[in-house]
Amino acid sequence: MTGQNANGARQATAAPDPQVPAIELRGISKAFGPVQANKGISMRVMPGTIHGIIGENGAGKSTLMSILYGFYKADAGEIMISGRPTVIPDSQAAIAAGIGMVFQHFKLVENFTVLENIILGVEGGGLLRPSLAKARAALKSLAEEYELNVDPDAVIEDIGVGQQQRVEILKALYRQADILILDEPTGVLTPAEADHLFRILRNLRDEGKTIILITHKLREIMEITDTVSVMRRGEMTATVKTTETSPEHLAELMVGRKVLLRVEKTPATPGKPVLEVDNLRVVDAAGVERLRGVSLNIRAGEVLGLAGVAGNGQSELLEVLGGMMPAAGQVLLNGQPIPLTGPHADGQSRRTAGIAHVPEDRQRKGLIMDYTAWENSVFGYHRDPAIGRGPLMRNAAILEHAQQQMQRFDVRPPNPRLAAKSFSGGNQQKVVLAREIERGPDLLLIGQPTRGVDIGAIEFIHQQIIALRDAGKAILLVSVELDEIMALSDRIAVIFDGRIMGEVAADQASAQELGLMMAGVATGKAA
Amino acid sequence: MERMPKWADVVLIPLISLLLAAVISGLVILAIGEDPINALNLMVKGALGSTYGWGYTLYYATNFLFTGLAVAVAFHARLFNIGGEGQAMLGGLGVALVCLYLPWPHWSLALLAATGGAALFGAAWAFLPAILQAKRGSHIVITTIMFNFIAAAFLNWLLVGPLKPRGAMDPSTARFPEAVHLPSLHEILAPLGISFSKAAPANVSFLVGILACILVWALIWRTRLGYEIRAFGHSEPAARYAGISPTKITVITMLISGGLAGMMAINNVMGEAERLVLNATEGAGFIGIAVALMGRSHPFGVFLAAILFGFLYQGGAELALWTNIPRELIIVIQALVILFTGALDNMVRMPLERLFMALRRRRA
Repeated sequence: MTGQNANGARQATAAPDPQVPAIELRGISKAFGPVQANKGISMRVMPGTIHGIIGENGAGKSTLMSILYGFYKADAGEIMISGRPTVIPDSQAAIAAGIGMVFQHFKLVENFTVLENIILGVEGGGLLRPSLAKARAALKSLAEEYELNVDPDAVIEDIGVGQQQRVEILKALYRQADILILDEPTGVLTPAEADHLFRILRNLRDEGKTIILITHKLREIMEITDTVSVMRRGEMTATVKTTETSPEHLAELMVGRKVLLRVEKTPATPGKPVLEVDNLRVVDAAGVERLRGVSLNIRAGEVLGLAGVAGNGQSELLEVLGGMMPAAGQVLLNGQPIPLTGPHADGQSRRTAGIAHVPEDRQRKGLIMDYTAWENSVFGYHRDPAIGRGPLMRNAAILEHAQQQMQRFDVRPPNPRLAAKSFSGGNQQKVVLAREIERGPDLLLIGQPTRGVDIGAIEFIHQQIIALRDAGKAILLVSVELDEIMALSDRIAVIFDGRIMGEVAADQASAQELGLMMAGVATGKAA
Repeated sequence: MERMPKWADVVLIPLISLLLAAVISGLVILAIGEDPINALNLMVKGALGSTYGWGYTLYYATNFLFTGLAVAVAFHARLFNIGGEGQAMLGGLGVALVCLYLPWPHWSLALLAATGGAALFGAAWAFLPAILQAKRGSHIVITTIMFNFIAAAFLNWLLVGPLKPRGAMDPSTARFPEAVHLPSLHEILAPLGISFSKAAPANVSFLVGILACILVWALIWRTRLGYEIRAFGHSEPAARYAGISPTKITVITMLISGGLAGMMAINNVMGEAERLVLNATEGAGFIGIAVALMGRSHPFGVFLAAILFGFLYQGGAELALWTNIPRELIIVIQALVILFTGALDNMVRMPLERLFMALRRRRA
């Protein structure tokens, strides 16, 4: 890619011809070994629009964008930028062609200021001062133009994720990007921050920028995009105008069958308290206080949803209750205190006491990826006298049992001899869920039940959680997906910075109110 | 989906690696002006051509069997036990103490006690590195290497001091009493009508080694403890989730590993030398690493690899005896085998995987 060519591309979009697509892909294919990640994908993104790409995990969205950004080379196919055939061998070339990318995981230098991050890689000369001054001026005009306010002298690690994301967008704009690709941008944001982001994106579109938004959230697609393309199993199954479609229709296109998007449930009938947590405190290895006196309780037959932006202590709470982390304070299970430190504050003791745990990170914690499904079907319960004799395990019996379990939980393929790593995210989660639910625990801890899980499996997993509730069990649900919390919970508690900000009944909760609490603003109903 | 059939992974890859090592060894032999075909002939004849040769091959193999199993068990917990050498030395001390200071009516009882003593001393020598790793995070590779040196120095002191019989000239213990003499393969096979060389050192410990293989297999794939060891090896956070204590598993695994390494002493100390001499292990602890690598940490693989290395040892000694090929070249050949089967595994694996995938695609 030569500089001339890049300039040409930029000039073309500076006065965009509304008839010529900003990006046109023709027959893009890409295989990784035997896996065909992209199959003959053709797509046109018109200038000055917000184009959504939606699909389940593993549908090929990220691969396609990585090809566009020069991370992968397509096996076949053609990329046209503003009508010109363009070869993008690396990210430098993508930037030169006017493409900017905002990754799901930010690529910022934590201890640099905003300004220093913006000029990183485009310092232009041996001395920093002139380019910093230039960037400062550019930043000021960008901020005014698009509502992209960030303090240029703030250090990245001191500002919130929403602001960090704005820095990523500014980086792209400072490099003259006309096409902006955002990969799952709202995953780490509070609802208010997401709203702000959408305002910024609309402003950018109105100024003639082209935006590609990759997401798996139907609500966002409906709210902000002009056009939406649906991917399924490496193919682009449809491209439709957003105004001419509905979430149900999109879900059907994504999964290939009709999907129930709402969770059907009756009102809860809570019984006696199962879990009572009082003044729980955790200090991590770095000396940071992760839980600052958390108190909550859950009754039999109800789901308590714990909402919060990731990293505010909900993971630690799950790990303390699951016996993976020591803590101070008091926890009663069915009125009996359970140990929070010492050798009996471990996963084995918790399971014996009646606490089951579906961990947030199933691939690193909930499963041994190299173990077969049948081996995983007793993971954590492998000391259970029933599955063996003395020190020996009855492998044949475990295998047979796992086979039945997989059929009951609709794990596909239902082959217990396959390694956990060869199942999809949703089926892995079903293996974990089956194991944890099966023994009828009094309390189920469940973290991010549907992260990385396809829509079809989400429906099933949600039904299982509600069924367990209706069987009179207590459930602590932790999720960063507010929609999921609101759909499943009977009561919702919000955690912020290691403290419970407040608690509301689920049928009276509004996303706005919860969003405020998630951002650390206490509301009238704070507990 | 698997990239290639299991038999290719288990059989074909080691075989090709071995072949490559052999070819390069042949080139080296050619380069120093000797005939590689003749050399190979000598090695095979020397190591496998007579019961005498077999007796030595199996004797060495027994040593490598124990140290190989020791490394393999630790591997399953992702612990790299480099200390087999020191643990085997201490095992020798355990055997010597049992044999010298307790009266034994029959060799079988003595063997049981000596096996226990060897395992106990070997395990004890692995305990400190294990606890340092589990509690303080001191890397087990570093500590076990250091413990090898400490073990060597400690045995040096014992064998020129407290354990040396008064007036003796060489640094070794007294000879073990006749009652603890272990039957050699010659003595075991004679009643069955099979004649086996009288002079070869292979003895009943070889059978103990085979038994150890079976027990290790059962431990790793049939017991709850083995399940925990493998789980911990695959993912420590997951082990913690399942309530498996990383400290406990690290220590237990290393005790088993050290015990197995120590048990080697029933072969070289009790079965062959019949007294404890200086540097009795002769590097078998390190060969165990190569044996475990080549055997893919599976007891049956370890068994085959141990026989192979036994063959290389004995064949190499013959080669040095009958040709101008220096003894050091044997070490080169062994090094090449280790290099190809261990370190350069992917060099063979990747093209082979691609080949199998291409074949599958053509069939599809």
